[in-house]
Amino acid sequence: MIRGLVIAVLLVIVVAAVPKLVGADWITTFTSVAIYSLAALGFGVLYGRVGMISLGQIALLSIGCWIGTRLAYATAIPFPLLLLVVGGIVCLIGVIIGLPALRLSGLYLALITLMFAGATTVVLGATQFPNGGHGFLGYTSNSSLIGLNAVRRPAMATSDVAYYRYVVIVAAIMFLIALVHVAGKPGRAWASIRESEPAALAAGVNTVKYKLWAFGLSSFMTGVAGCLLAAQIGEPRAITFQTQDSLTLAATALIGGIFSLWGAVVAGLFNQLLPFIFQAQWGFNPNFLLILFGAGLLQVLLTAPGGLTEQFPKDMANLGRLVWRGVRRLSPPKKEPPESAKETTEEPT
Amino acid sequence: MIEVQGLTVRFAGVTPIDDMSVVFPDGTCGLIGPNGAGKTTFFNVLSGFVKPAAGTITAFGQNLLKVSDYKRARWGLRRTFQTEMAIEKLSVYDNVALIHEHSGAKRATRKDDVLKAIEFVGLETAPHAKVGGLGARERRLVEVARAVVGKPRIVLLDEPAAGLPDEETAHLAQVIQKIPGEVGALVILVDHDMSLVSACCETTAVVDFGKLVASGPTAEVLRDEHVMRAYLGTETPIDDSESGSGVGAAP
Repeated sequence: MIRGLVIAVLLVIVVAAVPKLVGADWITTFTSVAIYSLAALGFGVLYGRVGMISLGQIALLSIGCWIGTRLAYATAIPFPLLLLVVGGIVCLIGVIIGLPALRLSGLYLALITLMFAGATTVVLGATQFPNGGHGFLGYTSNSSLIGLNAVRRPAMATSDVAYYRYVVIVAAIMFLIALVHVAGKPGRAWASIRESEPAALAAGVNTVKYKLWAFGLSSFMTGVAGCLLAAQIGEPRAITFQTQDSLTLAATALIGGIFSLWGAVVAGLFNQLLPFIFQAQWGFNPNFLLILFGAGLLQVLLTAPGGLTEQFPKDMANLGRLVWRGVRRLSPPKKEPPESAKETTEEPT
Repeated sequence: MIEVQGLTVRFAGVTPIDDMSVVFPDGTCGLIGPNGAGKTTFFNVLSGFVKPAAGTITAFGQNLLKVSDYKRARWGLRRTFQTEMAIEKLSVYDNVALIHEHSGAKRATRKDDVLKAIEFVGLETAPHAKVGGLGARERRLVEVARAVVGKPRIVLLDEPAAGLPDEETAHLAQVIQKIPGEVGALVILVDHDMSLVSACCETTAVVDFGKLVASGPTAEVLRDEHVMRAYLGTETPIDDSESGSGVGAAP
């Protein structure tokens, strides 16, 4: 109850107060943070809950972005419906990608999904993103063609600030859907598969169904994120999505903590906010972040498998105890009552 | 009652179960044999993890081999594992509720059934406690609670007392003894602790090299000449009062 209240207050602050406190470039960055948090959430559901490692999240994000862009140009369906349609299509694609997971696990599944990410990058590079052109791909290199508008945003959220709020609310709904899954029957089934597949079967869990369900949910959320990204960028390009971004996303998700939904938020911050601070604020090359993420990942894997979201509260509690001990040591000791006074109290005459 | 007829399992050149025929009557039955005798393989066949090369298993009139693996829990088959498999990330309650919700039991009775199963095994831990923070005894009891929740027809216990000290094994024996009467399930107990098998099982089957060596009332089986030779490597009868852990020593 209290936790829910705290989350609601935080959400209100993020939606209402943050746009008043920061500038336009920060708002664009925070919109990206929310979008990439969803992609990290998809990774977290698969790896943190079911134990299936998928390195194809950015590929699914780019597919969601491609389909969202194409449908936004080709149709006039309302934006929320567009999100659902794109999420649904990417969900189907994700389930198909998840089919090898019924036979493969660990490194092999990671490699298969990484190959899928690589193949997607190649295909996207060859076909370009739709930009309002004619034909099946909807792409033209002729810049003078009429209709080369940016991907439309929802009518109620055309400005950057309004769109930021829209994206945060959609992301909050996605997190809520994930929470309902994790806390309910699917979450328990996923936990049993993660612990031991034979034990899950013996418990009556239909492992095929629940594995594909996890892939479907993860892909749906990532597809929605892709569609949100299409409308945020306006003119998406294939170069936005690199194969190695899937690895960076996985690393930041692990650093954030894959066993907690908050870990996905931390991953989104690491993925989008840190590069922004490094590049736009401090003028550093954001590629240095790869070294930072590498060191962070090593630290997490060796000392805090639960990631920052599990470790940070523990560290803060330890720090609090340390400070408290220091304060007690520095404060003057209480004076003992004189011996005669003690005797008087103990043996009244 | 479970009737096994001509059961054979082959893994490449190895035959862990070789034309085994045995009947497990209602109540608690022991299944003993030396390491590698085929006991866990037999449990894996019953669970649907291993497909036999030949043979039939009829349990309460149902051809069990026709039921797919994950549907056997819904049919009423439960089991524990040699290496305890309680789910660390879930609470005690969720661990037990998982079986209840996937075994076709009614949702309305879930809370009561789960709490009853936890009480049945004598687990004093709070139901919301995470299993990851429990000791070996509690985790074993969580596994047994998972096996008895709902309406199981068969409960397979694979070395449930492994690694437990004597007093905890004694408590476990009391829990196992109650299962047929209070839960109404047929229990098959695999264990190397003969005192546990003697205390819990009315009948016992002995396997060696995948073949049935003997079966019948536990006391008689443990004194069977072939069992002495095959399982214990001795012809001295087992004396529970002297055996300590229950396994007789060679003279």
